[in-house]
Amino acid sequence: MVDTIVFVICAVICLTGAIGVIAARNPVHSALMLVMTLFGIAVLFIAQEAHFLAAVQVIVYAGAIVVLFLFVIMLLGVDVATDLELGKLRGQKTAAAGFAVVALAVVGYLIVNVDTTRTGVQSQGGVIDNVTPNVDLLAESLFDQYVYAFELTSVLLVVAVIGAVVLSRRHPPLDTDSAEASN
Amino acid sequence: MILAQLSNFEGPSIDWLPLTPQIILVVAALVILLVTSLSPAKVSDSFSTAVTVGSGVAAGVVAWFVWNDIRDEGPSSTVAGAVGVDGFSIFFTILTLSALVATSLVGHSYIKREQMAAPEFSALLLLTAVGAIVMASANDLIVLFIGLEALSIGLYVMAAMQFRRREAQEAAMKYFVLGAFSSAFFLYGIALVYGATGSTNLVNIAAYFNTIGSRINNLELFYVGMALMLVGLAFKVAAAPFHFWAPDVYQGSPSPVSGYMASAAKAAGFAAMLRIFFVAFSRTSADWTPIVAVLSAITLIVGAVMAITQNDVKRMLAFSSVGHAGYVLVAVQAATSDGTSAALFYLFTYTFMVIGSFAVVSLLGWNDGHDVSRYEGLARRRPLIAVAFTVFLLGQAGVPFTSGFVGKFLVIRSAVDDEIYWLAVLAMVVSVITAFMYLRIISNMWDREVDVADAPRLSVPLTTGFVVVVCAMITVVYGVIPQSLIEFARDAVPVLVAGG
Repeated sequence: MVDTIVFVICAVICLTGAIGVIAARNPVHSALMLVMTLFGIAVLFIAQEAHFLAAVQVIVYAGAIVVLFLFVIMLLGVDVATDLELGKLRGQKTAAAGFAVVALAVVGYLIVNVDTTRTGVQSQGGVIDNVTPNVDLLAESLFDQYVYAFELTSVLLVVAVIGAVVLSRRHPPLDTDSAEASN
Repeated sequence: MILAQLSNFEGPSIDWLPLTPQIILVVAALVILLVTSLSPAKVSDSFSTAVTVGSGVAAGVVAWFVWNDIRDEGPSSTVAGAVGVDGFSIFFTILTLSALVATSLVGHSYIKREQMAAPEFSALLLLTAVGAIVMASANDLIVLFIGLEALSIGLYVMAAMQFRRREAQEAAMKYFVLGAFSSAFFLYGIALVYGATGSTNLVNIAAYFNTIGSRINNLELFYVGMALMLVGLAFKVAAAPFHFWAPDVYQGSPSPVSGYMASAAKAAGFAAMLRIFFVAFSRTSADWTPIVAVLSAITLIVGAVMAITQNDVKRMLAFSSVGHAGYVLVAVQAATSDGTSAALFYLFTYTFMVIGSFAVVSLLGWNDGHDVSRYEGLARRRPLIAVAFTVFLLGQAGVPFTSGFVGKFLVIRSAVDDEIYWLAVLAMVVSVITAFMYLRIISNMWDREVDVADAPRLSVPLTTGFVVVVCAMITVVYGVIPQSLIEFARDAVPVLVAGG
């Protein structure tokens, strides 16, 4: 009963925030509405006893990422109502609506036929035993089963950092004299 | 306190030797970046290239030791079953390292001419090679995805590194947006497969299909996931109808990078496809082989028809690269060991042909495009380069006594053995159609009527010339005596070993 009430309240908060993000004329308001959605999802995670996810949701998404959004919005000076009209492509909205309907139909099909579409296997990573705390399970799978993936993300981050540096650098025009000389 | 709570925790056992090639490459990339940024004087560009080539060769030597170990002790897996140590990993490690070394050498002279940032180029090249090797050796879908992202993100940046050409910016933007979409498709596919089978580990996924045996039902979720993963990988290997990025990106990117995309990145995509579909999903092969067969047929036709209508040599090579993906898919859809080793042979030989081709293109291309008419009379201006380019083009056309012929032969034979005759016939017809395009470039090069007296001198830097000659020699040698490579490819069929 309590679960249902929590879910309904959070769902309303999430959806209100989500609609607000796209409906608000002011980008700053949109970003703040996003925080609302993210908080609602964090509470839903707690209701599912995924405490770590809830904490990460608040710290990383609601904290860091939305703050970053706000920085960008304010630094670029688009914190006033901007023309966000779409319409470069004709029929874009119709097509988007069509795809949304198809996607919803697939999800709806899977939900309605849940007994015949799911295989019923349990996850093999970080198996819940109702004794070990969630965070411990996560730590164990992160540093055991997924330790290689965990370490590899550092390679991915190095690639991203180099890419950001390379792409944001200023470029002098081609020095044709020395180019000719070197050939 | 927290540590005390987990005092019984023991990390997975790690076999360091098979991981050493990747580690060497990562360390080399970091050394290049550190030395060039901390050094008070400007470090010569040759330093970056030397470190890249040196580390590539060193990693290759280590890979050869690992290969000997595998032959003695059989395949294994390490780091909690996340990394597969088998002939397949080694095969693609060596393929990637060859592409890395060749691209680094070709890129060296290109960077000098275009005054690009050499240390960043080398570092990205090394780290994308790590991504490709990780993709080929991954036994876990999460690891595979991270390898894919390291490879893709590095390539997006490398495509854009020629800042003074607007085509490069356009290419990088297109590649980035479409590539991000395809990565998302792939990741969503992984999530659904995980939901259906309960694991991201390929060994466990294969084991799941073994336990359910023939009573396969309730697999809708799995099928959707499988289809999404196929879309993601088909994009990476530029198979039609997911190839639309390829011509623009290959045309706009720096030529050495285009060659690298067509070789290492394509091979890594196929490595992932083979390991996932041929090995982990082998029990459901009746479900995915028809899809891959249709995909390969479309890819072959699109690659051929579009290639012969182009006038820009880089676009021709791009569509020909689409067509070659079609041939490899013919071998993949066979879902047999012979088919897989045919695909491996094809990818290995194609690597040298395409890197050599783009190396020649990088010599000829300046700011005014790559129209086929620029190649007129090349044979009299630079005979050796013209001979090498002719070898590459004949090889890609599948002419006997080049490695391309052996590759096409093995691929078509795998389709015949699998009794998919229509696809085998289609592959042969298509190879005749594409031959027109290759011969058109060749006849341009060897045209005697063209006056080359007032053509500008074409300078051939030493490193690029070296790569072109070596690639041409490899193409001919494996066309005449392919046996050693065929055996290597046969020993490199992927296997799955559960983690200890």
